[in-house]
Amino acid sequence: MAEYIIKNGFVVDPTQGINCEKMDVAVKDGKIVDASEVMGAKVIDASGKLVMAGAVDVHSHSAGPKVNVGRNLRPEEKLNCYNPAKGAKRMEAGFSVPTAISSGYIFSRMGYGFAMEAAMPPLYARHTHEEMRDTPIVDEAALPVFGNNWFVMEYLKNNEIENTASYISWLLKVTKGYGIKCVNPGGSEAWGWGMNCLTIDDPVPFFDVTPKQIITGLIEANEYLRLPHSMHLHTNSLGEPGNYQITIDSLKCAEGIKADNDFGREQVLHHTHLQFHSYGGDSYSSKSFESRSKEVMDYFNSTDNLTFDIGQVTLDETTTMTADGPFEYHLSHMNNLKWVNKDVELETCAGVVPFIYNPNSFIGVAQWAIGLELALQCKDMTKCYLTSDAPNAGPLCRYPRVMKWLMSLKSRDEILDACKYGESVRRQCYIGEFDRELTLYELAQMNRQGAARMLGLSNMFGSLKPGMEGDVVVYPLNPESDLDDGEKIEHAFGNAEYFIKKGELIINDSEIISNGSKRTFWVNAGKELTPQVERDVSERFKKYYTVTRNNYEVKEHHYVPNEYMIEVNAA
Amino acid sequence: MSTVELTLKQQPELYLETEKITPDSFAGKSADEIAALDVYEGNLTHKLGDFFTISGTPGQTAQDTVIKVKGDLLRIKWIGAKMTAGKVIVDSNTDMYTGAFMEGGEIIVNGNTGHFTALGMKGGNIHIKGSAGNYLGAAYRGDWRGMMGGVLRVDGDAGSDVGTFMRGGEIIIGGNTDVHVGTHQEGGKIVVKGNAKSKVGGQMVKGEIIVFGTIDVMMPGFAHRDNIDLEVDGAKATFKRFEGDLGERHPKSKGKVIYGQLYIKA
Repeated sequence: MAEYIIKNGFVVDPTQGINCEKMDVAVKDGKIVDASEVMGAKVIDASGKLVMAGAVDVHSHSAGPKVNVGRNLRPEEKLNCYNPAKGAKRMEAGFSVPTAISSGYIFSRMGYGFAMEAAMPPLYARHTHEEMRDTPIVDEAALPVFGNNWFVMEYLKNNEIENTASYISWLLKVTKGYGIKCVNPGGSEAWGWGMNCLTIDDPVPFFDVTPKQIITGLIEANEYLRLPHSMHLHTNSLGEPGNYQITIDSLKCAEGIKADNDFGREQVLHHTHLQFHSYGGDSYSSKSFESRSKEVMDYFNSTDNLTFDIGQVTLDETTTMTADGPFEYHLSHMNNLKWVNKDVELETCAGVVPFIYNPNSFIGVAQWAIGLELALQCKDMTKCYLTSDAPNAGPLCRYPRVMKWLMSLKSRDEILDACKYGESVRRQCYIGEFDRELTLYELAQMNRQGAARMLGLSNMFGSLKPGMEGDVVVYPLNPESDLDDGEKIEHAFGNAEYFIKKGELIINDSEIISNGSKRTFWVNAGKELTPQVERDVSERFKKYYTVTRNNYEVKEHHYVPNEYMIEVNAA
Repeated sequence: MSTVELTLKQQPELYLETEKITPDSFAGKSADEIAALDVYEGNLTHKLGDFFTISGTPGQTAQDTVIKVKGDLLRIKWIGAKMTAGKVIVDSNTDMYTGAFMEGGEIIVNGNTGHFTALGMKGGNIHIKGSAGNYLGAAYRGDWRGMMGGVLRVDGDAGSDVGTFMRGGEIIIGGNTDVHVGTHQEGGKIVVKGNAKSKVGGQMVKGEIIVFGTIDVMMPGFAHRDNIDLEVDGAKATFKRFEGDLGERHPKSKGKVIYGQLYIKA
């Protein structure tokens, strides 16, 4: 395998406490090694440029049935947004729901080495894995959804943590999943009855279990299984004005629970796209709607077992897609555009609706402000991650723009000054109070050190320490002279000049020259089905399902040809 | 105004995508520079000069530029697409997407146009002396933004799906249309001087459709309200006024529900 030495770049690596120091980084046999260990390595000159470890995305939607439905729903996106094949690089197309091939290239250009597909419906695990397999370069894993699963709800009603854990362990194994995702706990199931769970105390119809029980139970099952990642929560009442109290109530479910794992993970609950959950007021009008990011962050900053990602609105035309079926239904009735609701047997549901976050509207810019406020108020940046819940709040390719806004007060003011409701947003939100500009070090704490740790992958990703995976990215950004210019920041983080993934040169001189050898990560929690769960599963499938258990099984050789299994040692 | 003349010298084997034939991309260029513009045939990229002889000079701006396109253009797509100013005169029949997403200026076609003419048109004028194909002034597949503005006049007939998802502007058809007129229409005006077949105004929310001839089969979602006199495109007549599509959502304006208006000559 080729050896590389990246010379004279400005290295930022919070794990080693390195902050913009000029030094060399070497890669050998797919791993980072000490610069003295390579002889005759290919030299990459990074002088005047920024060198970081490959980034880690904790939450986006780039593979799976609802993403594919999104692609089918939006042929118009591909009319003006495409990029022909060139050399090894294959054709790309699409903007908010790019093709699988395109997603891999977008991640690579932004220097991402690992990405988490945030919602995998268990029955469509095969489809999700096929798309991940076809997403080149970036290593991926997927989180199956459990928050509306009939078995989970039955067991958690009676607080049967061991049975829940046994079922989860089985489903992770058959679907080749990575961890526990929970979307609108109970609410998506209630949607099957045309209802919803708006607070965490609303009982789920028929099951008579509350979202609070589901959240707490899944956290406990997660720690019981000692999984690398924590419970990953999209709580109830997403996007509803006044929902911030529900958010705080949900976060409080984790109180008193300690992380138990061998992977260096510290949190027991990850709250995703927190921006959508930090609203005050009682309607979307500029008179009522307001930010409650301060209240949410005051609580968050007082805890030590939580993490969150921002879910930043990027003010684009995008495509929303979530396993929160009722939310998508309501959204489609707000903008009257085409929409899809998708039901997946008894485990989850999903919806897809195109959406325009208008940079000239009050509500679009207020949502934009709230996302940034969350990050700007965070005290420990290793617990806060940059996402756009892609493509829900904005397309994946806009991450660099979000970095610009976080790092440049001037760029934030430009948005507020250009919007005719800018003054209302400054009044109703907290954005105007912050002049904080995140540093490169803090940025690396978010999507490298912190993100890798929260996924339980800090022994592989997020740092340039010798022994880590050989993921290195060189951005055309000079930390000594370019940081005053927001446009340069945005351009640099979206157009890596060099990207080495697992020791292989993927981007050379800003051109994609290889499709890499992507891996799919999954977690083997090791627990066998308890006799009771075994009996329940067999009976329920006979009685209620139109498919058998064999329809779930993801066979490695076809669906996960390049797997990376993480084995969990039970306590 | 300066004129550039393009004459087809070589028929493409497949179909040629020539979205560069616009005053905007010609303005300020020499004949050689124009000949060097890219055109696409399948997955191959060629030069405009491979297919057309180019004479004359364009103006310095799009506004001062007139383009005359001559020859049998039945395999040429996207003439005048996205143009913002100036004038394009097409000598014969064209293939699809003529004047698509046009924003301003003028296109005159002395023949027929293919499907998707004036797709998503935003402004300007198009006059087709012959007939137009399907999806005239409609939205691109999947999009909800059809024709938004401008005036589109067809002297002959139009195919099916005229003005699907139309949101503004005016379409005037001298002859007849096939099925589906103004489907999902949310604004703008469609005038059919001849007859329309069926499914006129299906799922229409706002806007107007005026038919001088007959409609074979009316949509069930339209209700007859009254008869009124209208002057349409210089012609005065009495029309039966229908409102619909009643099966669709309808917005309120100043406390009044807004319906799509369908007029048929009484």
